[in-house]
Amino acid sequence: MMREEFRVLSPTAILGYGFPLASFEAGLARRPHLIAVDGGSTDPGPYYLGAGVSFTDRGAVKRDLEIMIQGGKAQGIPVIVGSAGGSGADAHLDWCREIVAEIAQERGLTLQVALIRSQLEKPMLQEALNNGKITPLGPAPSLEPDTLNATTNIVAQMGAEPLMEALGIQPDVILAGRAYDPVCFAAMPIKAGYDPALSLHLGKILECAAIASTPGSGSDCMFGTIGDDYFRVEPLNPARKCTTLSVAAHTLYEKSDPYRLPGPGGDLDLTACQFVQETENTVRVSGTKFAPSKHYTVKLEGARPVGYRTVSIAGTRDPIMIRQIDPIVDGVKERVADNFKDADLEYTLHFHIYGKNGVMAGLEPTPTTEGSHELGIIIEATAPNQTQADTICAFARSTMLHYGYEGRRATAGNLAFPYSPSDFQGGAVYEFSLYHLLHDVDPVSLFPVEYVTLGG
Amino acid sequence: MAIKLTDITDIIRSKNAGPYELTFDIMFKTDEWYERVAKADVINTALIADLYKIPVTDVLGIIDFVPAKAIKVTIRRPIASGALGETDVYGAQQHAPLLGLVFAV
Repeated sequence: MMREEFRVLSPTAILGYGFPLASFEAGLARRPHLIAVDGGSTDPGPYYLGAGVSFTDRGAVKRDLEIMIQGGKAQGIPVIVGSAGGSGADAHLDWCREIVAEIAQERGLTLQVALIRSQLEKPMLQEALNNGKITPLGPAPSLEPDTLNATTNIVAQMGAEPLMEALGIQPDVILAGRAYDPVCFAAMPIKAGYDPALSLHLGKILECAAIASTPGSGSDCMFGTIGDDYFRVEPLNPARKCTTLSVAAHTLYEKSDPYRLPGPGGDLDLTACQFVQETENTVRVSGTKFAPSKHYTVKLEGARPVGYRTVSIAGTRDPIMIRQIDPIVDGVKERVADNFKDADLEYTLHFHIYGKNGVMAGLEPTPTTEGSHELGIIIEATAPNQTQADTICAFARSTMLHYGYEGRRATAGNLAFPYSPSDFQGGAVYEFSLYHLLHDVDPVSLFPVEYVTLGG
Repeated sequence: MAIKLTDITDIIRSKNAGPYELTFDIMFKTDEWYERVAKADVINTALIADLYKIPVTDVLGIIDFVPAKAIKVTIRRPIASGALGETDVYGAQQHAPLLGLVFAV
C-alpha cells in the first residue's frame, strides 16, 4: 500500500544565513511534517569550537528561528536544529537555547524544547584513549594525552538515534548539539518508518538547502519528499531549479569519496544511486544503500588554544622593494629575534605576502612577485599572551617600515598602512586538536537529552 | 591536440574535506569529455603531486564520479585548516593551478 510521502522543509544552508519569506511560505503551503536546519560546520576553522563562540550572528540566527518556530507552531510540526550554535558544544547549545527562550517570551509562545548535549567529558575520553578506542580520522595525527588535556571543547557527532529519542515527547523544538549534518532532516522520517538510507541521503542534500539547486544559494529554501523507494528535492524559489547535475554535483561537495559517505553507525553507499530529472525543477533519487558498521562509531572534534594573535595590515608599491621581499622579510625576522633574544619571549611571526604566495603558501606553483606592481602584507604575531603578541607585531611592523634594503630610494618609509591604528588584536588563537573516531559507543546514551519548557 | 581543462569543464573548485584534507572537484561540460579524460587517466597522482609540489603519498585519492561527470581529487593539507601559518581556512582558493592545465588526449 502506498503511504503518504514524508515532507521536509529546509529553509537555509546554515541557521542564520537567512531565506526569502516567499520561499519559506511556499514550503509551509505544502504542509511539511518537519522544518529542519543544520546549524554547523568545522569550515570556519578551529576558533569557534575552541572558544565556544558561534560563527553565525546572533541577530541573524534569531531572525531565522523566529520565522521557523512560528511557522512550525502554527502548523503543529517540529523545528529541529542540528549542530546548534555552530559547533555544538555546551556553550553553543546554551547560546541557541537562550535565543529560543527570548523568542518564546517575546512572541507569547509556550515551547516544549528538547536539548541534546554532545560535549564529552575528558575523563571518559582519557579512558577510551587508554583502551585504544580513539583513532585518528584520515591524516589527523594520533591523539596524545597532553593534547586531550589542552583541548577546551570536545564534541562528538551524534547520529539520528538521540533525535529519534527526543521526538518521543513530540517537542516543538529540538536543539541538538554537534550532529552529523543529515540527521536533523533524517531522524523524523526514520522514526516514522521511512528508509534510513534515503532519509539520510535526502538530509545530505537538504543540509545545504538551495546550494544543491541552480543558480545555487546558501540563503534560500529547499523542499524534500520521501516515498517508499525514492526521494525528491526541489527548490521553492521559482528562480531556481534542481537538475540532476546540480544535485549530483552537491554530492561531491566537501567530501573525499562521493560513493561512500561515512557517518555515525555506518556508511551511505551511493554506487547504485540514480538521479532522474522528474520535472523541470525537481530531481528524483533512488538506489541509495546504508551499510551499518559492526560497532557504532562517532566522530570527535576538538580545538585547543595556542596563544594570542596581533596583526598589522600594509602594502608596498615600490618595485625595488618588491623584488627583494624575501630577504627583507628574513631581515625583519632576524632583527625581531635579535632584539628580544634576552626577553624569554616565545612567539611565532608570519608574513603573508599577497601578490606572491599569500593565498596558497607552500602549495603555490609560482611563488614569485613577477608581474606584481604592488604587494599586500599581513604581519602576524602570536605569543602566549596578547601583550606579547602586540609587542612582536609592533616591533616587526616598525622594523619593516624603516628597513634599509639594498638599492632603496624611498627612505621615508617602506609600507603603506590603510588604517590608524595599524595593528589589530585578533584575540585567542585555536587549532584543531581532535578529529578522531570514538569506537564502540552507545548511540543514544552518549548524548543526554534534557526536556525544558520555554516561555508560557 | 592540446586541450585546456577550462575549455571542457564547467566547474573547477577546491574545498576542505575536514580540517586535514583538501578536495578538488573537476566537472566536465559533456559526458564525452568526461569519459575521454577519465579514460586517458590525464588527472593522475603524478600530475597532482607535480602541480602542487607535494609528495605523491599526499595525493590521497582520485575518484571518477559518473553522475556529476566529475573527477574528484583529494590531497593532504600541508597545514591543518586554521593552524598557525595557514592561509585559506575554508580551502576554497586552492584550485587555481588546475585552471592552467593543458594536455593532450
